[in-house]
Amino acid sequence: MSVLINQEELFQDRVDNEIKIEPRDWMPDAYRKTLVRQISQHAHSEIVGMLPEGNWISRAPSLKRKAILLAKVQDEAGHGLYLYSAAETLGTSREQMINDLHSGKAKYSSIFNYPTLTWADIGAIGWLVDGAAILNQVMLCRTSYGPYARAMVRICKEESFHQRQGFDILLTLSRGTPAQKEMCQDAINRWWWPSMMMFGPRDSESTNSDQSMKWKIKRKSNDELRQNFVDMCAEQVKVLGMTLPDADLKWNEAEGKYDFGEIDWDEFWNVVKGNGPCNKQRLDARRKAWEEGEWVREAASAFAKKQQQKQKQDKAA
Amino acid sequence: MFLLNYTLYLADNALLLGHRNSEWCGHGPVLEQDIAITNISLDLIGQARNFYQYAALLKNDGSTEDTFAYTRDIREFKNCLLTELPNGDWGQTILRQFLFSNYQYLLYEQLQHGHDQQLAAIAAKALKEVTYHLRWSSEWVIRLGDGTEESHRRMEQAIAEIWSYTGELFIPASYELEANANGIAPDLKTLEVSWLQKVNEIFTAASLSAFAKATADKVYMHKGGKQGNHTEYMGYILAELQFMQRAYPGAEW
Ligand SMILES: [Fe+2]
Ligand SMILES: [Fe+2]
Repeated sequence: MSVLINQEELFQDRVDNEIKIEPRDWMPDAYRKTLVRQISQHAHSEIVGMLPEGNWISRAPSLKRKAILLAKVQDEAGHGLYLYSAAETLGTSREQMINDLHSGKAKYSSIFNYPTLTWADIGAIGWLVDGAAILNQVMLCRTSYGPYARAMVRICKEESFHQRQGFDILLTLSRGTPAQKEMCQDAINRWWWPSMMMFGPRDSESTNSDQSMKWKIKRKSNDELRQNFVDMCAEQVKVLGMTLPDADLKWNEAEGKYDFGEIDWDEFWNVVKGNGPCNKQRLDARRKAWEEGEWVREAASAFAKKQQQKQKQDKAA
Repeated sequence: MFLLNYTLYLADNALLLGHRNSEWCGHGPVLEQDIAITNISLDLIGQARNFYQYAALLKNDGSTEDTFAYTRDIREFKNCLLTELPNGDWGQTILRQFLFSNYQYLLYEQLQHGHDQQLAAIAAKALKEVTYHLRWSSEWVIRLGDGTEESHRRMEQAIAEIWSYTGELFIPASYELEANANGIAPDLKTLEVSWLQKVNEIFTAASLSAFAKATADKVYMHKGGKQGNHTEYMGYILAELQFMQRAYPGAEW
């Protein structure tokens, strides 16, 4: 028992001293579990997140925008790949994680359960959704688990591109025809609150937060990150000449930050529970791709085995 | 005029196949291959843009890469029927890619030494990409042909579905004949010989026999794409591709 306590203390000591935890290091079971849950959830979000934006690849309004969007969605696939690899260092296979996604056991970010209705949604997602993701991910570049932190450093560089590209789509719309301006404002109206929800429940309601902060998996609370997000967007939206759909949004001079209105927590919990507008479609699409790809994956591994055997035989001969 | 039409032919092929491949993005059989097919799609759309930009210069009437892609109707598109076929399963997509990359590789290899400097430059640059597409798709044809019983069966089936759309690649349209006569484009008969050799090599390595059967049976070859006589699939591709430009004419995006 005393050995275990010592290991826990040693572990916490390393975390406190900002020494990264690596795959071979001893770690508490709960730390490992929390990380697998969080990293795989993050990976699933990248992959499911390809769907709402992928929805507009075939309809992008110019060849340049089409190429940018295609490259962006491809980046997200790459992020998924880095993250699955990071989670695999903790002893869970990618296949297992994907099965958990398909069975509904593992979650992904609720934001991707909203539909992309117009081209402006692609801009709004880049600006707001990637924008919110960046705040979270910049924090995670300093997370205590080494492989996760390193994956985040690579991802963050690409995410800031995405945000700029999204903002650029909206900027072009905001300088366009009346119909384009209207499309722009409408997309901001629909994506603002779901984006605010991306930071999770209020700190007072958040169950895992304290332990995650102590382990330095997280380094900022949900409410802190949400405040950063509001402060950033409330300024940027002025450049677009658009507004955020929050009547309570107001600069608070005394506190040096924006005050803002209340999230519709009923909607928040409903989407988490699977009742969002696209929960079913997103999971169905992922399952379909996986099932239809099974024969391909089987063929690839059968072929690889045959090649290995041939090589062995060649060596023996 | 032949040069403009020939350039549009090259552009349309790249755009349509790029468009079809992009439909896989987010739906691939495994993450690494989702990324790979999207890469190929990006390369092809990039090639299409280069050719369209050159076509805009040639036409010199205010046309742009986007007016070519988004405001022409079906009869003006010159791409081969092969490029507009639905993706089918992964095997069909792979096979179509192999057959077309094989053609594009041989075509660009000649085009880069042709008399039109712009086309030669675009082809030279694209050749590096197509070299990779050809290698990637060849490897997949072999892997699926020689993988499991099911994958083998699906590949034979894919050949049966697609083979009759390959003949068109080598039947020259008037603009190709003129481009060839002017030392810009290669002779398609010579190209066809090398193309068949490569197909034979890869299909043999993949233990696929449907090809031998198709050639022995002298399968009927569909044609018409080069003259704007497309499949019914094409109209739906354009409806999606062109939706925004049609719904909001003249807007900047
Ligand atoms: Fe991402
Ligand atoms: Fe992103």
